[in-house]
Amino acid sequence: MNTLLTIKNLHIHFETHVGKVQAVRGVDLSVKKGETLAIVGESGSGKSVTAKSIIGLLPKRNAMIDKGEIWFENKNLLTLNNKQMKKIRGAKIAMIFQDPMTALNPTMKVGKQVMESAIKHLNLSKKEARNKAVELLNLVGISNPETRLNQYPHEFSGGMRQRIVIAMALSCNPKLLIADEPTTALDVTIQAQILDLLKHIQKETGTAIIFITHDLGVVSNIADSVAVMYAGKIIEKGTVEEVLLKPNHPYSWGLLKSMPNLDTKGKLYSIPGSPPDMIQPLKGDAFAPRNEFALAIDYDMQPPMFKVSETHYAATWLLHPQAPKVDFIRETQDVLMKQDDKISSIDNNVLLEVKGLSKYFYLKSKQTLKAVDNIHLEIRRGETLGLVGESGCGKSTVGRTIIGLHEPTSGEIIYDNTKLTRHNQRQLTKKMQMIFQDPYSSLDPKMKVEDIIAEGLDIHHVVKDKKERKQRVEELLKTVGLQPHSASRYPHEFSGGQRQRIGIARALAIEPEFIVADEPISALDVSIQAQVINLLLKLQKENNLTLLFIAHDLSMVKYISDRIGVMYLGTIVELANSDELYKNPLHPYTQALLSAIPNANPIVEKSRERIILKGTLPSPVYPPSGCRFRTRCLLATDACEKTPEWREVETDHWVACHYA
Amino acid sequence: MKRFIFLRLVNIIITLFIIATVTFFLMKLLPGSPFDEERLSKLSDEARLEFLAKYGLDQPVYVQYAKYIGSLIKGDLGISYYYKGQTVNALIKDRIGPSMLLGIQAVILGLSVGIILGIIAAYRHNTIWDYFTMLVAVLGVSIPNFVLAAILQFYVGLQWGLFPVAYWEGYQHTFLPTISLGVTVIAIIARFTRNEMLEVLQQDYILTAQSKGISECAVLIKHAIRNALIPVITILGPVFVSLLTGSLVIENIFSIPGIGSLFVDSIKMNDYTTIMGLTLFYSAFFILTILIVDLLYGIIDPRIRIHGRE
Repeated sequence: MNTLLTIKNLHIHFETHVGKVQAVRGVDLSVKKGETLAIVGESGSGKSVTAKSIIGLLPKRNAMIDKGEIWFENKNLLTLNNKQMKKIRGAKIAMIFQDPMTALNPTMKVGKQVMESAIKHLNLSKKEARNKAVELLNLVGISNPETRLNQYPHEFSGGMRQRIVIAMALSCNPKLLIADEPTTALDVTIQAQILDLLKHIQKETGTAIIFITHDLGVVSNIADSVAVMYAGKIIEKGTVEEVLLKPNHPYSWGLLKSMPNLDTKGKLYSIPGSPPDMIQPLKGDAFAPRNEFALAIDYDMQPPMFKVSETHYAATWLLHPQAPKVDFIRETQDVLMKQDDKISSIDNNVLLEVKGLSKYFYLKSKQTLKAVDNIHLEIRRGETLGLVGESGCGKSTVGRTIIGLHEPTSGEIIYDNTKLTRHNQRQLTKKMQMIFQDPYSSLDPKMKVEDIIAEGLDIHHVVKDKKERKQRVEELLKTVGLQPHSASRYPHEFSGGQRQRIGIARALAIEPEFIVADEPISALDVSIQAQVINLLLKLQKENNLTLLFIAHDLSMVKYISDRIGVMYLGTIVELANSDELYKNPLHPYTQALLSAIPNANPIVEKSRERIILKGTLPSPVYPPSGCRFRTRCLLATDACEKTPEWREVETDHWVACHYA
Repeated sequence: MKRFIFLRLVNIIITLFIIATVTFFLMKLLPGSPFDEERLSKLSDEARLEFLAKYGLDQPVYVQYAKYIGSLIKGDLGISYYYKGQTVNALIKDRIGPSMLLGIQAVILGLSVGIILGIIAAYRHNTIWDYFTMLVAVLGVSIPNFVLAAILQFYVGLQWGLFPVAYWEGYQHTFLPTISLGVTVIAIIARFTRNEMLEVLQQDYILTAQSKGISECAVLIKHAIRNALIPVITILGPVFVSLLTGSLVIENIFSIPGIGSLFVDSIKMNDYTTIMGLTLFYSAFFILTILIVDLLYGIIDPRIRIHGRE
């Protein structure tokens, strides 16, 4: 196959207030015609910067390309002037961005935005461009294209907007499509639709795709070849099977291991430490301080790319003929074989009971948003109950209502045999705490860590004097794996993972029995996620905590939870033991949700049949009557217009479906 | 939408009623009188009563209030105490012309120059252009317009003799007061536009537009400016207020027979009916401006337009 794009020895740095940040440090890469190359890496690894440099969209103010070449159709893109570059940008190389909610101009009609580059590059008349736009919208699966062209972006859902962004990128039949985390902001079932669409488009148009992501499951679903980036360098590249099944770099091993699959038991593997600060000049292998197999030479010299096979390369000294052999396959097997040490201290003693809970929000427009509608739930002492569902399904509202941040519209919350009312709320919230999703916005930037953690202690008058307060804070910091002297610092001095640890310490301060964790890891990188999850599990065991774990990442929920509830549009559709739920999902929505999770094994992933749900989540303001899932359900019949009963089909396996 | 406008109009009427009431009683509480107390006391009782009766001042306060509100409903602002025999309505009608002309010119000047400066400053962020614009903005807000007016009068008017220094005798006479009023507007608008523009230029959709390979100019005009200018509409309300207060001083400095100078004169002369009338007039003008701004916002921003329809 011939090569479409070649990047040679690319170096890019950014000028920032704190100094020079070496974002890309010598990237070599090539993309063949019609293939999909996935670039994998965590935030700050330089993957987006590399992609933006191809299309010439690095921020002009502070980004500098130090050296390197980018060859595309016999031209070095880095030597082209602005005018020449414009002829390539949008016409031959197009880009899709991460967040479809912000990637479209909110005040311009969708049609105009789709036609814009076709008019510019293909010299089409307005009418021809319009026909082209209709054709494109058909291609990306938007029905009624003629009318929808005249709508504004806010009239589309997130998944639909991403389809429009894709249509826009395809308008000039580009040879190369750069997709920068195009599914990260989307729900799993929508992600599955978009991945399918991209594959379909590739088959139709033969375009090559550079797919940037941090999700190895997505990589195994879509990629032909993979490049793994760490600290501005490509540390391993090869075909998708080679990299995901026979990785050679310890970082690739770590990434694969820290991602639980549906069978992972025991302690989750986590890469120690955090990625390097790219402001300091790096000596040796950037990954060495986090590498458990690091050799002495790793700290002194950068490893070259060692050839593993014709297509497979990795930059690690472990591949040097004189290096000791480390067997990755056996190493992972070891971890997987370690038996479940999460012996449950669960008794059947119910700690928290939710009976017919509803939470409605009354909108300004006199409409009612039924965020949570008549749900029943029991959480047993010492267990972890996972609550999963797509965004907008009401899972966060459930957590917030239980903890008293919202007042329930109707229904009861019974905690330890006491009904929650306005009067005893203060007393009971001492026993319940919450860990929030975004570690960046959930900590007051103007407060010292000590004061953040001790706020609960002060409110509930738990400590006697300043000395005890300080002691308690330092203890808590140690518990969550931070240095005691962090107490006098401010949140901005910490990384995302460390901040989430502070959030956990804050929640633990007043020794709660019950913790609601609302998507505690979704804002973190894969290698950091595993650290936080391990910490949560350790704390749970030590303090006999009961957890309500709210998330959309199903494999993580499966790993951490004893039982799982699946929510759809304000109702719980299925609730069962986590093993049971994954082995024997009864509700069609659960089945679709499970099927939408991409598997990190490319052979399994590419051969399996998937259920891909049609359409998007209906508005919770006008939920469908009867079974709420019937508008998207494959089994739906007239009987589904009646609300299905919430019943126990097998012991401890509850479901709300007429056909289960 | 119609319902929205109707509710807002009801709201406006209630607001104006409250303002009328408050100003009426404030006037009654003020010490002093529009008439020369000394000369009034020299009149015979009969003559004095007759004089007071002419202005309705012989009756108890609540009757005066009821009469005042009654005539307000008919649109009659009353008779001036100072300008003999003239109604306040007529006074406003006579004087509104110059004020409106100055106001409109200052808004046009302020908006056009302010927006252009703001866009350039944001586009050339952290360059000499940016610093220059910010300097203009800071000076424009911090130098009081009567100081600026005096400076303009001295240099442009007297020293260089480019434009007339004062009075209202032809179009040439509008130049200096317009500039004096407009500079504050330029400053407010430039600063605001720059901030909005900086915000918009960082949005993903600008990157998307750039990735299409269309010219920088098209990205700026089609994608950036419109989105940046929508919020600018919201500060038009405060801009009009600054123009109103500015006109009070500026019209006096340049001896322009507008309602600003009328207002100042009426306060000096304790001309209660005129003060009340103009207060109401200013309030009504300001409230209506805000209503128009809100409606405009809904028309220009498609996201709000839809909301209004639902």
